[in-house]
Amino acid sequence: MELTLWTYEGPPHVGAMRIASSMKDIHYVLHAPQGDTYADLLFTMIERRGQRPPVTYTTFQARDLGGDTAELVKKNIREAVERFKPKTLLVGESCTAELIQDQPGALAKGMGFDMPIVNLELPAYSKKENWGASETFYQLTRTLLKEKVSSSDKINPLRWRELGRRPKVNILGPSLLGFRCRDDVIEIQRILSEQGIDTNVVAPLGASPDDIERLIYAEINICLYQEIAEASCEWLKRNFGMEYTNTIPIGIKNTIEFINEVHEKLDLPLTNKEELENKSKLPWYSKSVDSNYLTGKRVFIFGDGTHAIAAAKIAKEELGFEVVGLGTYSREMARQVRATAKDLNIEALITNNYLEVEDAMKKAAPELVLGTQMERHSAKRLGIPCSVISTPMHVQDVPARYSPQMGWEGANVIFDDWVHPLMMGLEEHLIDMFKHDFEFVDGHQSHLGHTATNTNNILNSDEKKEKNSKEGIIWTESGRAELTKVPFFVRGKVKTNTEKYAILRGIPEISDETLYDAKAYFS
Amino acid sequence: MSKVEFNKETGPREVFCGLTSIVWLHRRMPDAFFLVVGSRTCAHLIQSAAGVMIFAEPRFGTAILEEKDLAGLADAHEELDRVVNDLIARRPEIKTLFLVGSCPSEVIKLDLATVAEKLNKRFLGQVRFVNYSGSGIETTFTQGEDGALKTLIPLMESSNEEKLLLVGTLANNVEDRFKKIFRNLGISNIESFPPRQSTELPKIGKNTKVLLTQPYLSDTVRDLKHRGCEIISAPFPLGIEGSTKWFLAAAKAFKISELKVHEIISPLINRAKLALDSHKEILKGKRLFLLPESQLEISLARFLHNECEMDLIEVGTPYLNKDLMKEEINLLPDNTKIVEGQHVEKQLDRVRESNPDLVVCGMGLANPLEAEGISTKWSIEMVFSPIHGIDQAADLAGLFSKPLKRNQILTSKTLVTH
Repeated sequence: MELTLWTYEGPPHVGAMRIASSMKDIHYVLHAPQGDTYADLLFTMIERRGQRPPVTYTTFQARDLGGDTAELVKKNIREAVERFKPKTLLVGESCTAELIQDQPGALAKGMGFDMPIVNLELPAYSKKENWGASETFYQLTRTLLKEKVSSSDKINPLRWRELGRRPKVNILGPSLLGFRCRDDVIEIQRILSEQGIDTNVVAPLGASPDDIERLIYAEINICLYQEIAEASCEWLKRNFGMEYTNTIPIGIKNTIEFINEVHEKLDLPLTNKEELENKSKLPWYSKSVDSNYLTGKRVFIFGDGTHAIAAAKIAKEELGFEVVGLGTYSREMARQVRATAKDLNIEALITNNYLEVEDAMKKAAPELVLGTQMERHSAKRLGIPCSVISTPMHVQDVPARYSPQMGWEGANVIFDDWVHPLMMGLEEHLIDMFKHDFEFVDGHQSHLGHTATNTNNILNSDEKKEKNSKEGIIWTESGRAELTKVPFFVRGKVKTNTEKYAILRGIPEISDETLYDAKAYFS
Repeated sequence: MSKVEFNKETGPREVFCGLTSIVWLHRRMPDAFFLVVGSRTCAHLIQSAAGVMIFAEPRFGTAILEEKDLAGLADAHEELDRVVNDLIARRPEIKTLFLVGSCPSEVIKLDLATVAEKLNKRFLGQVRFVNYSGSGIETTFTQGEDGALKTLIPLMESSNEEKLLLVGTLANNVEDRFKKIFRNLGISNIESFPPRQSTELPKIGKNTKVLLTQPYLSDTVRDLKHRGCEIISAPFPLGIEGSTKWFLAAAKAFKISELKVHEIISPLINRAKLALDSHKEILKGKRLFLLPESQLEISLARFLHNECEMDLIEVGTPYLNKDLMKEEINLLPDNTKIVEGQHVEKQLDRVRESNPDLVVCGMGLANPLEAEGISTKWSIEMVFSPIHGIDQAADLAGLFSKPLKRNQILTSKTLVTH
């Protein structure tokens, strides 16, 4: 039993719903009690979808449990098939139905339908949403293509030459409730098209079962989000010899590496290598002089595996930040996140508990947080600027404008989204600096609202109330005066460090000089 | 009773389960914690239904069952013990802990009553433990509050003092208004259940006169009756008419003259009617379809027809307690079609066929209907907004007129392009 106050991921059947809702001509019969329909609002409210998810809930009640719930399942399947006429039927159960073991998938298969039926077994008491999405996409791909396995030769990635056409690829992994998937697909298709590569199928987003059957007409697969598509890509590789890409094209370096990888796999010469660096404004913006102040900014990163790893690389190599924290809630990607953290000489945080993340954030004392909507709240409480880089989805993460994370435009979006909150942070500092000027209006509200000012007040009142620190160290007038000149966002850290130094050296009174001694000591 | 048409329907439903009521109950009683014993689905449901991220450590959570908890119930009890201990160590300010049963905990027959009993002994004088079920296999949305209140009744001490007990969660400001009006009527001893602090439970007995503020409290009413309380029969205080009759019923129970009631509330009524006018202008003659969810549908239908002159196509309700709803049903126009239960697909067919001007529905259905060109009002807002009482009648009407007004604005052409 695990005490959970808030969860980054939903249950695995919500992952299955993400696949079903992303696609066309599919219906999902979910053996589930009243209340599980809440998941519809994730799609209709957060994604603002104008269609209901293609899901029928059997809605069994306590009084059904003594009787024949299996009959109830069959009735719902029959009605759903008749009404929605899906080309492929997904059948599964949510957590409660798993306990009563009606085996709805097996029931559906015995009902004599001629459409393919995918029996989804998603263990609700051990797995979570992304796993459920991945498993559903994999089972669906397998069901629709397994008959073609024996009759097909292994796919030669170079066959496009013999066929006398442009190479074709599939883009796998984008789904509803995935972070900026809608726009990433457009960006990646545009980039591939520029390189003379055609998109065969995008799945699951916008695909139909027919499209899944057409996957094998492409030469290779682009695995755009490992959390969703890796299992399917691996199966297609094993059974059809289709190679797939490993690089996630987020950030300039990864986008270029991605393009290289695609070209290598297709044996397609890369002709515009030099041009690529200039496709995005990020490299120049990062190089331009006013970005100097970005150097060594302490950044704390937490999100899904794909976006957290990509963010760490961009932060370190493309913006010149210092990564002081890296973590993920995607247990399936813990190994990769740990490896990236190791390269950065830090320890990865793998957890589903947002309070642990908040604690780690506090300890790391970052100047910028890149996280989920939950980290945005935690950062707000701590008065630290934040940019959102990952699911779980919030209505704000489905912007009206084109706003990808991947490719060239994605890099532009990332530069703006990460740097603007920092500039706001700087503004905060300026407000602090100029607050004694007569023009300054008391109660000036910054973007951080009351929280930022409160942090200041806490520190200030701390200083006023307890002249002496807990260890009996006294702050002299000059020491305190100097401390107030330190920018607010590092003031807490400077205070602790100076006291630590004073204890270490046995200095009973902290003056302005002690502050500078400590600064030199810790730098 | 008016000639109302009753129908029943079964099939797939699109309604929340009783766990959802934790979203307002935990705010009503800030010294209580609601611990759902359930699955990740339960945790995800509550956080999604609340529609907001958590701004501070919340006073509700889920003890998520894992595979090993399902293997043996003994272990599950032990695990729950551990979780509760951790929680209380972390949140020492908690005075009452609600153990809330869910679909999975009910199916595996986890005995939360026994767990609560044991914990009560261990934490005697520090924390009180109670339990109820908010499971979807037994409860619908607002029914969760019924379970939570019912479980508190045995903790309420007995007293034969005469008092008016308002039963059902109200917004604090509305509660204050009501109490002021009752005091003006000459009823001085008024208490609310649930109280604002979980430990300050009202005492009850044969001179307690219960006035319901919400229509979804069947079990609570039954247990209050068993404790000797008198239940005042009245419509619910939604809109001017409902609220007036509600005040009158209370006054009658306290032998206060009708004249006195009218004297006190007439100015409020006049003011409210004035405020209601602009909304009525928009709502008048518009055709309304209510899908089942909050259990407030019948009262809302009565208000929107009788006071806002809307036409009722169909009034859905998750379940119907004819006894509790008697006074409301009497006020409905003849031939009102009430449908108890739901087959969501068939009901949506009827929505499309009847071409309504406004549909009251859950959040899962609102945008898809809007995309089909049908204006909607999502029902969850009714349980979060202060809508009770005469003073709030215009605000209540505003919840329904706003989507229509917005539609009008967006489809009109008022500015000439220069």
